[in-house]
Amino acid sequence: MNLTLKIWRQNGPADRGRMVTYRVEDVSPDMSFLEMLDVLNERLILEGDDPVAFDHDCREGICGMCGMVINGVAHGEQRATTTCQLHMRHFEDGAVVTIEPWRAAPFPVVKDLVVDRSSFDRIIQAGGFISVPAGSAPDAHAIPVPKDDADAAFDAATCIGCGACVAACPNGSASLFTAAKITHLSLLPQGQPERASRAKAMVEQMDAEGFGGCTNTGECTAVCPKGIPLDTIARMNAEFLKASSK
Amino acid sequence: MATAPTLPHAAHKGGFYASSNGKKALMAVTGAVLVLFLVGHMLGNLKIFLGAGSFNHYAEWLRTVGSPALPNRTLLTIAEIVLALAVVLHMWSAVSLARRAAKARPVKYAAKRKSQAGGYATHTMRYGGVIILLFVIWHLLDLTFGVVNPKGGDATPYDRVVAGFDPSRWWVTVFYLVAMVMVGLHLRHGLWSALQTLGLAHRYAALKAGSAVIATVLVLGFVAVPIAVMIGAVK
Repeated sequence: MNLTLKIWRQNGPADRGRMVTYRVEDVSPDMSFLEMLDVLNERLILEGDDPVAFDHDCREGICGMCGMVINGVAHGEQRATTTCQLHMRHFEDGAVVTIEPWRAAPFPVVKDLVVDRSSFDRIIQAGGFISVPAGSAPDAHAIPVPKDDADAAFDAATCIGCGACVAACPNGSASLFTAAKITHLSLLPQGQPERASRAKAMVEQMDAEGFGGCTNTGECTAVCPKGIPLDTIARMNAEFLKASSK
Repeated sequence: MATAPTLPHAAHKGGFYASSNGKKALMAVTGAVLVLFLVGHMLGNLKIFLGAGSFNHYAEWLRTVGSPALPNRTLLTIAEIVLALAVVLHMWSAVSLARRAAKARPVKYAAKRKSQAGGYATHTMRYGGVIILLFVIWHLLDLTFGVVNPKGGDATPYDRVVAGFDPSRWWVTVFYLVAMVMVGLHLRHGLWSALQTLGLAHRYAALKAGSAVIATVLVLGFVAVPIAVMIGAVK
């Protein structure tokens, strides 16, 4: 199959950037989206051009590195799928595909489709941890966890921090990401001692990074490759209100 | 000894209402106050179907309730102050959050962002809110102060309603109907959203269906009066 790609090209953080059109030919429907970009980049390198920079690592949908807005949808229109797991069979021959980086002030563009997601790291640093004495691992059954809580905590803990929630949110909010971690830890016994301070610190850091507020559009959970549910945000709101009233 | 990580961006300490979550909570609570008012207002309006006497008597009762223990207009004045405060704070948090959202995405997407969550009502909240505000201003000038009402402020409430929605003023009725649809959409998203913001939302299908039902009932209750006047059922 042959495609026309409109890709955001930006030489560096200071560059203004622009959309550039490329033709890619003989794309196999079995290729992943990133492999299709690899084909383009190999040709660009052979032609002496600058290849399109994009983030990727595991290419099996679990690391959260690859992320781009494809035809206006974070990670493309295939639900619960990272860009690396999106395959070209979902596109039509001759299609025009627009590819852009995540757009948010706290995610500055480094180059082309690569954005700096350090703001997420700082939100985690603000409270997305538990303080435990390091040492040998405790017995797995030393602290009992009700099954329902363990399941709900795990659902939230599957967040890979890719940033699609921010990219898709009309407000550029990081609520789903922050809520996933707050939910994960607030449901487990190990997360109780820092429960209130965590919720406050993480929400305040989210604001300080310049993310927008949540207006409950649900766009985040719709594009989330891990399907983090919207009720995590309700939990975050409850945790924050409880912590603030203390 | 573990030390807290030092963050390059020190978290701001602006207090509860400086945080996005604090503003959202304020929006939810003030919204809830306004919804309660809408329910009362809608029920009061329906008294017009019981006749001019019943409707005018109800309007009079609102001014004299508690009398003679309380001075006239006690309830009304308290309600007016609470409502004005709720409207101002609701708008303040909306504007403040909208500005924060605009700053969070300085560069827009080239491709039209495709909504993946659906929910038409969600995307009408901001401009819909502005339309509702303009409507409220007109509505107060028309039926409360009578400034733009053909009968003026001295006529009975019933006469003002009948004159205000006279078929010759069809554009007023159209504006009223459009505004009520915007109120409905606003509530469709706002009702369950407020519970989500206050951390009380769980069963979303039931919550959203409940919001849609309440929004629809309110809109039908409100549009019943101008439509009844327009078709001559109330005159």
